[in-house]
Amino acid sequence: MELLYQRDIYGKTLVELGKENPNIVVLDADLSGSTRTCFFAKEFPNRFFNFGVAEQNMMATAAGLSSCGKLVFVSTFAMFATGRAWDQIRNTICYNNFNVKIVASHAGITVGPDGSSHQALEDIVLMRAIPNMNIIVPCDGPQTAEAVRVAAEIEGPFYIRLGRAKVPTVENKPKFVFGKGQLLKEGEDVTVIACGLMVYESLQAAKSLVDRNIQVRVINMATLRPLDEELIIDSAKKTKGIVVCEEHSVIGGLASAVDELVSEKLPIKVVRVGIRNRFGQSGEPEELLKEYNLTKEDIEKAVLEILK
Amino acid sequence: MQGWLEKEVADLQLRAKNIRRLIIQMLAKAGSGHPGGSLSATDLVTCLYFGHLPSGEPIFRHDPKNPYWPERDRFHMSKGHCCPLWYAILAECGYFSKEELWSLRKLGSILQGHPDRRTPGVDVASGSLGQGLSVALGMSLAGKIDKKNYRVYVLLGDGEIQEGNIWEAAMASSHYRCDNLTAIVDYNRYQIDGRVDEIMNLEPLVEKWRAFGWYVIEIDGHNIPQILEAYKTVREIKEKPQLILAHTVKGKGVSFMENVVDFHGRAPTKEEEIRALKELE
Repeated sequence: MELLYQRDIYGKTLVELGKENPNIVVLDADLSGSTRTCFFAKEFPNRFFNFGVAEQNMMATAAGLSSCGKLVFVSTFAMFATGRAWDQIRNTICYNNFNVKIVASHAGITVGPDGSSHQALEDIVLMRAIPNMNIIVPCDGPQTAEAVRVAAEIEGPFYIRLGRAKVPTVENKPKFVFGKGQLLKEGEDVTVIACGLMVYESLQAAKSLVDRNIQVRVINMATLRPLDEELIIDSAKKTKGIVVCEEHSVIGGLASAVDELVSEKLPIKVVRVGIRNRFGQSGEPEELLKEYNLTKEDIEKAVLEILK
Repeated sequence: MQGWLEKEVADLQLRAKNIRRLIIQMLAKAGSGHPGGSLSATDLVTCLYFGHLPSGEPIFRHDPKNPYWPERDRFHMSKGHCCPLWYAILAECGYFSKEELWSLRKLGSILQGHPDRRTPGVDVASGSLGQGLSVALGMSLAGKIDKKNYRVYVLLGDGEIQEGNIWEAAMASSHYRCDNLTAIVDYNRYQIDGRVDEIMNLEPLVEKWRAFGWYVIEIDGHNIPQILEAYKTVREIKEKPQLILAHTVKGKGVSFMENVVDFHGRAPTKEEEIRALKELE
């Protein structure tokens, strides 16, 4: 099993893009070592700006750069990007529909020992509520490269959510297409829709359930906005219910997006595997995933709940 | 102070008066909006858009027929609520027809209640205070990367600079030696809840900006030769961003609006419009 840091892939992809496109500018707020924008900074010092611990200024400056035609990548931890600078993202990046790509690392509970203040569990909902914003949550290292390239190609604001810890590579994925979910496994009993590192867990759960003669359809919903409505409705038609898994609050994230859609178009039972009205805390990623009910076993339980 | 041509000064005074008239008419028609800060900054922005250097070269390089000309100077109104001033100036420049001014704040108008990119001549929307200096910083850095000669001007309100984001941007602008960037503070001393020094004192303001690494020029923001002189001086400053701290009068030009906090965010009634226009004849 290949384990990769998504942020390593991000940093390397940025350097490749920087070579291909002289118009790319990268900004960071004193976390370039962690987000790996330091690779770009080393290669292209004239197109990299560190703003120190000042995320609001960084986001609004990105808007100004974009207004002059620059393709701007902005990075910091997910908590500070989406929380501290939300107004700047909403009013000055998204309202103007600027070509700014926010690639945030350290999202979710698997930030680990740093604890709650650094574990963004509400970043997706904060970004999903803003018109014009596109959202990608890549499931692994290779998909991170695809997401970053797609964001560079498509005009408009993007939020790309990355984790801190190494994540297993999901093998044999179909080609990543922006705005489309990836059908990773067919099954007629229950659909599991996941994003980020929960995709790998979902596949593991689906494998275990085969032994109990339960066939699970597994979808990697890497693009959260625009949502692949067609694939979700198709799943609602073909299976008995949907389990949605994400390393995020159950309020406002992927589960809500799926809920909102099916409750309007084709009501069906949806069970959410996510963080339930809690803050994070210190611990090792594995321990935290267990503590917050984000394991393969939790996904299996959710599938069984649908079949009850 | 060197001798600015009397004709230039008289021309700008007349233009400013006409802009003030338009502001009053637009706001009266719209029925809501912010006259106080629009009137206090009128001379500053009028001189920027219509003033000339002693060489005869315009201070602000732009082309209303080609709003996205890459070499243009940039202006950003960070105190977005004073957009009637900007709209009147853009219409006078010919970015759009003056008829549009009467649609201010109406459904579907290109003239939104706060600046918006649907208005020709507006590069970046504003309205949520405190972000415009960063926007200008981004424009400045883009110019530096591309080795372009354009300059960036941003208008800040005095109440607005209570926002922390402003000081983050102030720090970064001097860190990156943005000498193509000029910020203008419209120091009219009133904000929506009352006097600035009572709500949240800004003083000592000159010292604050200097401590943040800026070149500071203090002027009377209604004295045309002083304004022109400041715009001339900022171009000569190297390695530092420049701040023009302009002492102004809120509601300037309409006696019953001057220093009356109520007119920060209230449009004139029909009767007040008539009285104001009479004063601005």
